[in-house]
Amino acid sequence: MDFLVVQFLTGLAGASSLFLVASGLSIIFGVTRIVNFAHGAFYMLGAYAAYSLTERWEGALGFWGGIVAAAIGVAAVGALVEVTLLRRIYRAPELFQLLATFGVTLVVQDLSIILWGPEDLVGRRAPGFRSSISILGQQVPSYDLFLIALGPLVLGLIWLLFHRTRFGVLVRAATQDRDMVAALGVNQRWLFTGVFALGVFLAALGGALQLPRDAVSHTMDLRIIVEVFVVVVIGGLGSVAGAYVAALIVAELNAFGILVLPQVSLVLVFAVMAIVLVVRPYGLFGRPEGPPRTGTAGLIRPWRPFSGGERIAVAVGLVAAAALPLVGGSYLLSVGAEIAIFCLFAASLQLLMSAGGIASFGHAAYFGLGSYGAALAAKTLGWPLPAALAAGAALGTAGAALFGWFCVRLSGVYFAMLTLAFAQIAWSIAFQWTSVTGGDNGILGIWPPPWAGSPAAFYWIALALAAGGIAALRVIAFSPFGYALRAVRDSALKAEAVGISRRAVQWTAFVVAGGFAALAGALFAYLKGSVFPDNLAIPLSVDGLVMVLLGGVETVTGAVVGAVLFRALTIVLMSYTDYSKLVLGLLVVVLVVAFPKGVVGSLQGLRPPWRRAAAPPVAVPAR
Amino acid sequence: MRQVMVGLAALAALAGGAHAQQGEIRIGEINSYSGLPAFTEPYRKGWQLAVEEINAAGGVNGKTLVVVSKDDGGKPADAVTAANELLSRDKVDMLAGAFFSHIGLALADFAKQKQVFYLAGEPLTDAIVWSAGNKYTFRLRPSNYMQAAMLADEAAKLPAKRWATIAPNYEYGQSAVKVFKELLSKKRPDIEWVGEQWPPQGKIEAGPVVQAVAAMRPEAILNVTFGPDLVKLVREGNSRGLFKDRSVVSFLTGEPEYIDPLKEETPEGWIVTGYPWNTIKTDAHNAFFKAYEAKYKDYPRLGSVVGYALVKSAAAIMTKAGSTDTDKMIAAAEGLAFETPFGPAQFRAIDHQATLGAYVGKTAVKDGKGVMVDSVYRDGKDFLPSDADVKAMRPAN
Repeated sequence: MDFLVVQFLTGLAGASSLFLVASGLSIIFGVTRIVNFAHGAFYMLGAYAAYSLTERWEGALGFWGGIVAAAIGVAAVGALVEVTLLRRIYRAPELFQLLATFGVTLVVQDLSIILWGPEDLVGRRAPGFRSSISILGQQVPSYDLFLIALGPLVLGLIWLLFHRTRFGVLVRAATQDRDMVAALGVNQRWLFTGVFALGVFLAALGGALQLPRDAVSHTMDLRIIVEVFVVVVIGGLGSVAGAYVAALIVAELNAFGILVLPQVSLVLVFAVMAIVLVVRPYGLFGRPEGPPRTGTAGLIRPWRPFSGGERIAVAVGLVAAAALPLVGGSYLLSVGAEIAIFCLFAASLQLLMSAGGIASFGHAAYFGLGSYGAALAAKTLGWPLPAALAAGAALGTAGAALFGWFCVRLSGVYFAMLTLAFAQIAWSIAFQWTSVTGGDNGILGIWPPPWAGSPAAFYWIALALAAGGIAALRVIAFSPFGYALRAVRDSALKAEAVGISRRAVQWTAFVVAGGFAALAGALFAYLKGSVFPDNLAIPLSVDGLVMVLLGGVETVTGAVVGAVLFRALTIVLMSYTDYSKLVLGLLVVVLVVAFPKGVVGSLQGLRPPWRRAAAPPVAVPAR
Repeated sequence: MRQVMVGLAALAALAGGAHAQQGEIRIGEINSYSGLPAFTEPYRKGWQLAVEEINAAGGVNGKTLVVVSKDDGGKPADAVTAANELLSRDKVDMLAGAFFSHIGLALADFAKQKQVFYLAGEPLTDAIVWSAGNKYTFRLRPSNYMQAAMLADEAAKLPAKRWATIAPNYEYGQSAVKVFKELLSKKRPDIEWVGEQWPPQGKIEAGPVVQAVAAMRPEAILNVTFGPDLVKLVREGNSRGLFKDRSVVSFLTGEPEYIDPLKEETPEGWIVTGYPWNTIKTDAHNAFFKAYEAKYKDYPRLGSVVGYALVKSAAAIMTKAGSTDTDKMIAAAEGLAFETPFGPAQFRAIDHQATLGAYVGKTAVKDGKGVMVDSVYRDGKDFLPSDADVKAMRPAN
């Protein structure tokens, strides 16, 4: 009994730490609709800055002053990022800001190694909270008690700020209805900057306060970012109190879960999120939003199939690609095959995002299922290459059918996060089910048979399947089914009124997209010769998003260009520098500013003006 | 920053690949440079020192030794891409490196497929030489099994009977716990295993884990966590009195990479494997230490020793083979004796595992820094299973 009480207190302290970071993310999303991927980076910067300051400034004042100063300093950096980068792209398509914050994250990761060195840093303990206190005969660190008190205190302060100040009233109003706030003449620019700085302040404070109990390292950002997203979504987007409740649930379930099943931490938060979202599609405290006042229809240029000239250009491009073995060595061919595979993967995600208007944050799940399906068919059943590829595609399709059935019940970011949850559950199964999947040691020895084994032969196979797959995805986008999918995207209400079932159409699209992603994954298994849980992990899902956004989310298959660009850059940079993330991040930021509709999207914008969409008045219409 | 500039310059010159020069022997080296700089920076310094020394002494077989190094970004798929590039564009004569076990396994399998020599440095998984072993792959560092055996020897001497374990939830942690339990239970049938904790690697919730372990009321604890997880575990454990009056046996904690950050919070009296660089007084280590310190104005980490010994042993293989033909190198490497800063070692013919050992000692705090005391070198050859067991585990080539 005593032990359970103390375990509960320990969980409370964890909840407070999580809440500080999550509340900032929730506020930023609520007002600006930015999926701030860089939130973890600011958390990490807060910890690093606090380390430097508290090592330099002595005494209790030095410590606490250092913590607060670090948070303020990082908030200033956040404001700078908002003014110089994000402000330029509020008019870009939805989710595009994610690409910019992704670039910032990459830059911060490498910068922190350059500035603070590669070794883990251990900051000093908090003055006045060094010891532990005996509660019911168990030792509880007094710093935990401090954190337990701090969580509700910050929650209260945010409540006061939101209910007793003009700034707070505007923030709440904007969270509820941004168009109305804009219509009433509120200067949104400074409101957004202020909100972003506040959110970053909370993230940095959360990071700085980990100083007495954690090590400051350059992997801190990735450790926390996904978890806080999950907490925010469980609580309900934009609900700060919801974020606290969600943090509490997650932390306590973890504290008690490990007593029953010590391996549970691996998947717990995602399982909780999946359950909550299946039961409550808008999180615990979130509210369903009304139908969008202005759909995305006005934003998206009407699509058309390739004209005759464009067809010839594509054919010439394909012939040129097919001629690569005449000039390239085996390395270039393996890179070419890899890029072709990622083109197919990105194009399959684009069907969902562009034609379907639903962004999956867990598309790697189907890529990975394809890899595992092919690997298991080849290794345990001894199937030949074509059958194994088919088995991979089939497993991915089946996975997409199962997960998709739940996901399409949701919309917007909730949909995205449920796909992420399922992807993580699939990942943890691959990771933990050692007897079948080999766990994190993977499945080895998946090499193509001799007839397909030469670099040129495999390159042609990959190119042919990728090109065929992408062509099929284009055909689907322009088929009657594709029109139905776009109708649902542009106005679910009107589409339902003419007899198009939103769920059925989106589910079908989800399964189709999953199937093509799985085919890409199956090819990838044979290209690399081995399969690991990395093949369905979050970084790969993020890569897919980045490729689509880079290519242009308003295009039919611009993701292909995004995939070529991103994958080639990644491979080349990794080959030439250890700071590939820094260079890649800077390039992404430059591309984001230069091509605010993605590379293909922006180049298409150079066409005659009648094709261009009318610019929305302010930012992206609320959805 | 310099490397960034180099990278940008290299981007401009994308098309031009490096090509093997006459009179060069090339090793293609792959590691997680961007993901694990705390290990790989000292590691790189170590192999750079070795390359310099070898070339100053006339190179290998009269040729200059060149190491072409690539980053794997911590992903096996990218490691395979890098290996492809090293083989077909840089025309390397052998592959070497890797930190993570799964990357080591991916490279070992790649080496088998492409029939090229691969010398794994750091990956600790037993699979790389046993269950997934192959003719082309050799491994330098004492494996998971060997370190577990060294620690189990010490653990058996403790009076403790109730044992709990804390290990990261992935293959490394799982197999470390499994082997340690097996070996210790064999020596001490009276031992009771009272509980396990499996925090996810890199994401430990240290408070609840420490409480949960304390509630098991163990007399001794086996720890396999490292890096930031270890720091959190130690800090929470210290605050909550988990380590008071309990023996702790811990993998890798004595390596400077992991013990240095702990500073004055280093727990005292843990039995650990590691690298007590300031107390090793052998001639072999003195020579290495002096050369390293003179070149870099810094003390070596364990990564430095691994990088140094990796390239030195690779050079020894190629010298004995008298060629860079893969089959000749394999034949030369099997049974080859070579020198390391830790003393002489040998690549076993039976499973291609090197007999390099590790230091086992106790942690202590000295002048506010974590150090290893009472360290003894355990030669790897004494901590391996019987030849029959090895043959049963390792697939025939």
